[in-house]
Amino acid sequence: MNTPEYDLVIIGAGPAGMSAATTASSHGLKVAILDEQAAPGGQIYRSISSPAIANESILGADYYHGRTLLSAMRYAKVDYFPSSSVWTVSPELLISFSKAGKSSQIKAKKLLIATGAQERPVPFLGWTLPGVMSCGAAQILLKSSGLIPSGPLVLAGSGPLLLLIAAQLNRAGVEIEAILDTTPKGRYLKSLRHLPAALRNLPLLLKGVGLLIELKRAGVRYINNAAQLKALPDDTGLLTKLQFKTGEATDTFNCKTLLVHQGVVPNVQLTRALQLEHQWDELQQCWKPTLDSWGESSQAGIFVAGDSSGIAGARAAEYMGELTARRIAQQLDKLSQETLLLKTAKTGRLLQQQQAIRPFLDALYQPADEFLKPSDETLVCRCEEVTAGQIRSMVAQGCTGPNQTKAFSRAGMGPCQGRLCGLTVAQIIANERQVTVSEVGYYQIRTPIKPLTIGELADLAE
Amino acid sequence: MPNALPFKRLPTNKAEWVTVYIEGQPVKVRQGDSAAAAVLAAGLQPSRTTVVSGSGRAPYCLMGVCFECLLQIDGVENVQGCMTPAREGMQIMSQKQARQLNNSKPSDLKPTDLKNSHIKNEDTAV
Repeated sequence: MNTPEYDLVIIGAGPAGMSAATTASSHGLKVAILDEQAAPGGQIYRSISSPAIANESILGADYYHGRTLLSAMRYAKVDYFPSSSVWTVSPELLISFSKAGKSSQIKAKKLLIATGAQERPVPFLGWTLPGVMSCGAAQILLKSSGLIPSGPLVLAGSGPLLLLIAAQLNRAGVEIEAILDTTPKGRYLKSLRHLPAALRNLPLLLKGVGLLIELKRAGVRYINNAAQLKALPDDTGLLTKLQFKTGEATDTFNCKTLLVHQGVVPNVQLTRALQLEHQWDELQQCWKPTLDSWGESSQAGIFVAGDSSGIAGARAAEYMGELTARRIAQQLDKLSQETLLLKTAKTGRLLQQQQAIRPFLDALYQPADEFLKPSDETLVCRCEEVTAGQIRSMVAQGCTGPNQTKAFSRAGMGPCQGRLCGLTVAQIIANERQVTVSEVGYYQIRTPIKPLTIGELADLAE
Repeated sequence: MPNALPFKRLPTNKAEWVTVYIEGQPVKVRQGDSAAAAVLAAGLQPSRTTVVSGSGRAPYCLMGVCFECLLQIDGVENVQGCMTPAREGMQIMSQKQARQLNNSKPSDLKPTDLKNSHIKNEDTAV
């Protein structure tokens, strides 16, 4: 079997992947881009090639900026593989992926991982009930289907996306019972010292303030300092009420849909499976791969760009993709070191401007402790139904890390492969042992990183 | 079949509409909808029950991360609904707990069976 060979293979067709593909091809590199979704855009520009909603004012101009990236990639010479899930990469950069139930392989001289972010797990009592969804999910339904959640609708959480989706739903005429902001009081003061740096990205800061004003003008009920969320089922097991506290007072809202959000974290499934070096980001409360200033990982030839390298947002991802692609072109002798520095100076400055706002946002929207280290009765592993209390009792019995609690309880062993419990389990263990999360570590992620049929595995033997 | 309030649709751009069958009932959905979106548009909740306790679940993240939208699609169990575009005539059923294993005994399998790859696309490895 002849394996196609590329100078650069990119995994993920979001802003980082699309801009990297366009840039690399402009330097004469042979480029392939593999993407799990059926259409390019990633989650932020999801369905940008055929947006569902007729009224473009609902999602706003920032979403449609994705068209610029998309048309640039379309004109570039890039082999684009949609609906292609990468499930392993060998040390020689042989990439195995599955598409429509068949497996294939391609080989790369350089690999760029641009697999983006996932929403941080938001464990609280009742978060598994049908009717509870993530804010990102609601946004995906808007972008690709034009579907709006059934009411009564409540939003709860913390972070820019919470405000954005609330504003988008409000523009779409959806009635919102209330927005419960779970940002703890102290965060505002804590984030203040990062505000001067954040002013370097004034447009984004103003966008955030603008969303708050928009929601206030629309008369949406906004409740600050919400805590101790508890979603309650009706007698058929579907979400019917959300109970919460503000200070000492307990309050309840009727709701059929509850959208939750506590920020986004890098998708580290592939970088972990490849055993790249990772580090704990205390401010962002998440793991990210250790990279040099061009995005090259601890394994030479493997690069990471965009939110999978650390959360910085869509524009930053676009700039990172471009910078990394040029560095790769230089490593493959398509341009000199001098030209590289010349060509990347401006984008480098734009990237820094984007990143300047992060410490402020990260300090302000760091999740409340109750979502990082939930109460004993709360399910942390949704797949295998393991509670925080079970994890704590395993620690009391001597488990020191997530791989041990996994062996004893199966937490992290279900189909999501730890994506929705890995952070929580590690943080609970670290807190119980009174050590850092770095010391506790993360699940040993093994390939295949996506469920696979025997048939798909067997394909490669033919 | 629809037991929950269906998600409503805003005015959308022109597209093909296809008929899928959710628990046997025809539902018109928009080309570009995933099977998980179709389930929400039809108001089928829960769309699966868990392996451990049998409790009800519904799509949660819609971006391929959480595996809460596992469905039975065209007779194949444990398919990620949010990663599967809706197609004309698609049969979508809720996923009841763990998938059913094939009842055939190991002695029924001859080497030729494997060669003809009868196991293709049905047996989930992980």
